[in-house]
Amino acid sequence: MKRVLVLEAKELSRVLERMAAEILEKVPDEKKLYFVGIQTRGVPLAHRLAHLVGQKTGSPAPVGALDITLYRDDVGPWRPAHRQPVLRATQLPKPVDGQVIVLVDDVLYTGRTIRAALDTLMDYGRPQVIRLAVLVDRGHRELPIAADVVGRLVPTSRLEDVQVRLSECDGEEGVWIVKEEDR
Amino acid sequence: MTVKAAPSLKSRHLLGIDPLSPGEIQLILDTAEQMREIAKRPIKKVPALRGKTVVNLFLEPSTRTRFSFEVAEKRLSADTLNFSASGSSVEKGETLVDTARNLEAMEPDFIVLRHPQPGAPHMLAKVLQASIINAGDGTHEHPTQALLDALTIRLHKKTLEGLVVAIVGDLQHSRVVRSNVLLLSRMGATVRVAGPPSLVPVGMESLGCQVFYRMEEAIRGADVVMMLRIQLERQERMNFPTVREYYDLFALTPERLKLAKKDCLVMHPGPMNRGVEIDSRVADGPQSVILEQVTNGVAVRMAVLYLLAGGSGEPVTD
Repeated sequence: MKRVLVLEAKELSRVLERMAAEILEKVPDEKKLYFVGIQTRGVPLAHRLAHLVGQKTGSPAPVGALDITLYRDDVGPWRPAHRQPVLRATQLPKPVDGQVIVLVDDVLYTGRTIRAALDTLMDYGRPQVIRLAVLVDRGHRELPIAADVVGRLVPTSRLEDVQVRLSECDGEEGVWIVKEEDR
Repeated sequence: MTVKAAPSLKSRHLLGIDPLSPGEIQLILDTAEQMREIAKRPIKKVPALRGKTVVNLFLEPSTRTRFSFEVAEKRLSADTLNFSASGSSVEKGETLVDTARNLEAMEPDFIVLRHPQPGAPHMLAKVLQASIINAGDGTHEHPTQALLDALTIRLHKKTLEGLVVAIVGDLQHSRVVRSNVLLLSRMGATVRVAGPPSLVPVGMESLGCQVFYRMEEAIRGADVVMMLRIQLERQERMNFPTVREYYDLFALTPERLKLAKKDCLVMHPGPMNRGVEIDSRVADGPQSVILEQVTNGVAVRMAVLYLLAGGSGEPVTD
């Protein structure tokens, strides 16, 4: 399999440092910060960002995990493939009402995952604000959704795939572009 | 041997435990474990089955199972229709297939069937387009009950593999015991069953369990004791002299429970006959997980509905 490296491990941690600083600039009240990662790779990223932000503010923010499967728009009558995506855990350690939520995902693509995540979060309560932080924005939006904090803009073609690998779940670390014909 | 979850269910029906592979059972239990969280949310509803219609066709009395399915369907945003035998066309002499064909003309996506005749859901699966879920067919199978029992055990014991599970009571009339023996033995547990000889069907061992006629032998050292209800409405002739004698020989009492492991779980599919097959001190005691079974029933039925909604009837490879 041929992959092109676009972000190696050391760069990735620098990018996260910068994202953490940017998050602090863009939230109204850092005392109410609450990181929520989208399953699966958004969760370790949310933990890392919460840790980096906590080092700056001196108080660690809570971190939750959100599974959006049951809110997807390709589950149900619109789903072309005849199998259902696997459910993962949703764990929110405290209520989201009135909190400053930083929603974290690895790759922003069509925007459909984020739409589902917003609907999921709203069923848990009424946050004061929700900000979106993504490691990679690869373009090709299908919905009117934009990220507040972007780690790296990676222009891609639809035939390519963006692979984010994190040591917590993949045993390697970095971001790669994989071409369709090489997959 | 740790069973790896299958990527999807092969069939679009759930007719019994028998057709399921260990991987499929694992997939349903894993999915159900995540579904449990939905009941703890402020809004206990997700949109996964929006626009799907489910007919609950219950042609035999049931409260718990029907309610449980209905709650599961509503938590997944499906539209539900309830049909019961009394006061319906069934009382006017319509056959099951005709009733079902008429319901199907209204294009439901699922039919949940409870029927006194073994094999009734299998027959419907052959003639209808909808996904059929067996909610109990006579004395044959009750797959969602076995799945919720397995989930309850797994949440306490982490795994089903290597456990000793004793099932005691009316084995003759119980569909719960059949589905449970099939599931538990398939997942690597040792299953012992016990009951009075008049209530043990011939060839019970062939399901994959050890048969005992004395309760004490079955529950000694067990990790789980599952009590079955004496189905007084299904006793075509008296299979034991008196209820009192049954209690003396086959009820789960605090004294008998001491024979099992210290952390042995006490289970009952409900509804309980207190003072017949189970002593109140045990039913309400610290080892009882009877009410957890009810909670887990909703999660398991949500998982089954969700997974079957993605089924096409075509086997999925990978």
